[in-house]
Amino acid sequence: MTPLLAIEDLTVHFAVKRGLSKKSADVVHAADHVSFTITRGETFALVGESGSGKTTVARAVLGLNAPTSGTIAFEGRDLTALKRGARREALRDVQVVFQDPYSSLSPRMTVHDVVAEPLQAHGRRDGRELNERIVALLEMVGLGTQHLWRRPHEFSGGQCQRIAIARALALEPKLVILDEPTSALDVSVQARILVLLEELQERLKLAYLFIAHDLAVVESVADQVAVMYLGQIIESGAAEAVLHTPRHPYTHALIASVPSPDPERRSELGVIAGEVPSAIRPPSGCRFHPRCPFRMDVCDRVEPEPHDAGGGRLVACHLPDDFDLDAGPQ
Amino acid sequence: MGDLLEIRDLRLQFNSMRGTVKALDGVNLTVREREIIGLVGESGCGKTITGLSVLGLLPRPQTEVTGGQILFRGDDLLALGDRAVEGIRGRLVAMVFQDPLASLNPVFTIGDQISRVVRIHKKVSHHEALEATRRALKAAGLPPDDALLDSYPHQLSGGMRQRACMAMALSCDAPLLIADEPTTALDVTIQAQMLRLLLDLRDDLGIAQVLITHNVGVAAQTCDRVAVMYAGSVVEQGLTAEVLKHSRHPYTMALYECLPQGKKASELRTITGSVPDLIDPPPGCRFHPRCVHAMEVCATVKPDPTRITEEHWVACHWAAKQPGAGEGAPA
Amino acid sequence: MASPAAGRSGGAIAIGDWRERHQSTFTETRHNARVFFRDRLAVIGLVWIVLMVVVAVAAPWIAPYPDQGRGASDLKSRFEAPSASHPFGTDNQGRDVLSRVIFGARIPLVISSVVAAAVLLIGPLLGGLAGYYGGWADEVIMRVTDIFLAFPALVLAMAMVAMLGPNLRNLALAIVVTWWPWYTRLVRGMAVSLRQRPYVEAAKTMGVRDSRIVLRHILPNAFGPVIVQITLDIGTVILEVAGLSFLGLGAKPPTPEWGLMVSEGVEYVLEQWWISVFPGLAIFLLVLAFNLVGDGLRDVLDPRMKR
Repeated sequence: MTPLLAIEDLTVHFAVKRGLSKKSADVVHAADHVSFTITRGETFALVGESGSGKTTVARAVLGLNAPTSGTIAFEGRDLTALKRGARREALRDVQVVFQDPYSSLSPRMTVHDVVAEPLQAHGRRDGRELNERIVALLEMVGLGTQHLWRRPHEFSGGQCQRIAIARALALEPKLVILDEPTSALDVSVQARILVLLEELQERLKLAYLFIAHDLAVVESVADQVAVMYLGQIIESGAAEAVLHTPRHPYTHALIASVPSPDPERRSELGVIAGEVPSAIRPPSGCRFHPRCPFRMDVCDRVEPEPHDAGGGRLVACHLPDDFDLDAGPQ
Repeated sequence: MGDLLEIRDLRLQFNSMRGTVKALDGVNLTVREREIIGLVGESGCGKTITGLSVLGLLPRPQTEVTGGQILFRGDDLLALGDRAVEGIRGRLVAMVFQDPLASLNPVFTIGDQISRVVRIHKKVSHHEALEATRRALKAAGLPPDDALLDSYPHQLSGGMRQRACMAMALSCDAPLLIADEPTTALDVTIQAQMLRLLLDLRDDLGIAQVLITHNVGVAAQTCDRVAVMYAGSVVEQGLTAEVLKHSRHPYTMALYECLPQGKKASELRTITGSVPDLIDPPPGCRFHPRCVHAMEVCATVKPDPTRITEEHWVACHWAAKQPGAGEGAPA
Repeated sequence: MASPAAGRSGGAIAIGDWRERHQSTFTETRHNARVFFRDRLAVIGLVWIVLMVVVAVAAPWIAPYPDQGRGASDLKSRFEAPSASHPFGTDNQGRDVLSRVIFGARIPLVISSVVAAAVLLIGPLLGGLAGYYGGWADEVIMRVTDIFLAFPALVLAMAMVAMLGPNLRNLALAIVVTWWPWYTRLVRGMAVSLRQRPYVEAAKTMGVRDSRIVLRHILPNAFGPVIVQITLDIGTVILEVAGLSFLGLGAKPPTPEWGLMVSEGVEYVLEQWWISVFPGLAIFLLVLAFNLVGDGLRDVLDPRMKR
C-alpha cells in the first residue's frame, strides 16, 4: 500500500544572513537526512526539544520551508518537484493546526469567515452550500451556530483550537499536521481536544502528523513515533515500544526527565547535563555524543547510521541493540 | 519549623472593562521554612495573582485587596507601606517568572543587573556586590566567570537565562523564593535540570519555595507539600502524596484523571463545563456546577476547610462527609 | 437572539440576519466608543471638529456677511476693531473677519479629507505589498519610498507647488505626494511581522491566494496604527496648507484661507492684531482638536484588548 506521506532523506539548511552581504559560510542544519512514512489513518508523532527540527520538517511538508534536498512524496507524488500551482492542488489534502489557538486565527475575522476561507479559496462560493458545510464542520468539533459570528478573542483557548480544527477539516484532508496542538492549553482542556481528535480520526479516517514535546501526550495518541535531536531522527518505531523500551540514550534520558505526576515514582531529574548545541556547528560524529553518558571513542568520529533494531525499530547509535540503558554508564 | 509565610483568607478583586473580577476568594496557604510547596492550578485560578500579591506587585488602582492577611514571619505584609514592601522584595521574598527574556533587561550585562540588585538592598561596595553576584551565579549552577558576567541576556540560551534570573533572586539571600511557572518555557531536559536546582536550593541553602505551576508532574517531583487552587481559592492542601494520590477534593481527583500519563486517548477523562467567569462567579462553592458530587448545600454555602490528617485539609462539603474527615479548620 | 438551527431539508439556512452577522463589530465599536468617550480631552476635540464641520457646511447661512466671507470688500469699513457688528473686526479690505473665518473652515476640512483619502488608498496598499512579498517588490517600493522620504516634506511640497503653479489644487497634490511614503513605511513594517503570524501561514497552506491574504489578513490587521497616525497627521496637513498659503504658495487672494489671512494681516499685527490673530487661533484650535482625537484613538486602538 502506498504510504500517504513518504519523506525520504529530507534535508533543510538555512543560510545565515550576516550584515550587508547576503552570503555567509554559516549554515543552520535544521533538518538532516530525515526519512519516515505515514500510512492512512495512523498517528505519527515527531518528538523533540527545541532545535530538534520537528517543526522544520512539518513546515517543509506544508511548503512553508524550501527543502535543500530530499523528497516529500504525498500519495506517491513528489511535492518538491511540483510547480507552485500543482503543489497547491496536491496540498489540498494536507492541512495544519498550530500550537497557539489565538494567533492561528485572524483576529479580525469571524468564526464563519475563518472556516469559510479554505472553502472559498478552492472555489466553493455558493452561499447556501457554503453555510451548510460550515455549520456541519462546527458541529463536528462541538461548536454551534451561536458561535458563527463571534471573533477569536471572545473564545477560550480550547474553543479556538476547535475552530482551528474545524477549519483544517474543511477541505476533507487526508493528513492533518498538528503542531503542538495542546501545548498552550490547560490539562482539562487538553484532554477534551485529544478526545475530539481521536473521534475525528476514526470518523474521517484521518492520518495525523503529531508534533509534540510532551511524551505523555505522545504515548496517548501516537501509533508510531520518531524522536529527533538536532535535526536528525535518532530513534523511531512503534510508539509504545519506543517509549517503554528506548534504545537510544537520548530517548532514554528524555523519558527519564519527564516529571511523573505520581509522587511515588521518582523521575530522574537532571540526568542530562548541558544544553542542545548550536545547529550551525553541530558536533562531529554522533550529534548527541557531548552529552551522552554512554559515549564511546567511536562516537565523536563516526556518525551512526539508523539501523534496524528489530520489530520496525530504527536506532542511530553505536551501542549494541541489547545494551541495557537502565543499568547506567559503565 | 515555624511558618515562614501564611496567607489567611486573602480576598482580592480587580476592575476590568466588563466589570469587577473577584479573582481571589479566600486563599489560605502556609509555607514553612526550608520546604517547597507547590501551588497548582489551571489558568485563571489565581495562582499567579496570589504570588504577586505577596510582593505587592499588582497594579494599584485597579487591584484591591478586600480582605485577609499575608503574614511573613508574623508581620502582615498588606499593612506595610510602599517603602517597607520595597525593602522586602528581593531581600526577604524573591520572585522568578516564567519568561526569563522578559525579566532581564536587554541592555545591561548579567553581572551588572545582579550587582545592582545586591546594592539596592545592601550597603556594600562595588567589589562586595560583585562577589555576591558570583556566589549567586554559582548557586544557580552558572560559571561565575567574567565571560558570563559580561554577557548580555540575548547571548545566553533559554536555560541559562532562567538560571540568571534565579541568580538574581538568590543574590540577596532571601529565605523565601516564589517561582511562577519557572520551567514552562523550557525544554524537558532543561526543565529537569532546573527542578534539580530548586531541590538543591532547598537542601543546600535552606531556601523555602512556592512553586506555582499548572504541571502536576513538576509539582509531584519537587514539592514537599501541594496546594490545589480553583477559581480563586485553595481547595485542597497537604503533603504531596496525600493530595495527589489520596485526593479528597472532586476537582483534584478530576484533574488527575485528565492527565494523559499512561492512558490511550480514548481513555482520557474530562471535566464537563468550563472555568467560571469570575465577574459573576457561581455562588457557594465555585466548582459546584462542574462537580459530580455536588450537593444542595454546595450551591449556597462556600465550604470551609476540613482537616483530613495533620497536614491534609480540603474545602469541600462532600469530602467533609466522607469517612476519615475530621472537623474544624487546620490550626 | 436565537438563530434557527441548520435545517437540511429544502429551505435556505437562516444563520443570522445582518445584525447578528455583524454583532462582533457592533460590540467592538460600542466598546471602543466607551473607551474613547472616557477621554475628556478627546471628546472636546471631537466636539470641536464636528462644530467646525457644521460651521463649514452652514457657512452661507451663519456668516453675518457671506459675500465678504467669499471675498467681497467693503473699503468703507477698513480696520474696524472687534465690535458688536463685527465680533472679529474687519481686515485691511474692510471684510468681516468672522465671516471669513467661517468660510475658511471649509478649506482645511475638505483638503485634509481628500488628501487623507488619497494617502490611505496609496500608502498602505504599497506598504502591504512590499512587506508581504518581500524580495524585489519590497526593494523597489521601499527605495522609491526612501527617495521621497529623503526630502523634507515641506520643502518638497514647496518645490512641487512652485513648479506646478501655486493654487490649492496643486497644493493638495503636493501634500499627497510628500505624505504617502510614511504610510507605506508604517504598513510595510507591520506587514513584515504579520506575514509570519500563524494565521497567515495557515492561510497559505490552505491555498488562499496571496492577493487575498494581503487584503483580508495583512491590511485589516495593520489598520489600527494607520488610523491613529492619520488622525494625528491631519493636524500637520492643516498646518502645511496654512503655512504654504501663508507663503503665497497655496490659496490665492481673495480666498478666505486661514493661513493666507494670517499672512495678509502680518503687516498690521501690532495695531490691528485681530486680522491675523483670529484666523491663527482657528488654525491652532482645529489642529489641536485633531491631535486630541488622535490621542484618544490611540488609547482605543493601540493597546489591543487581548486575552
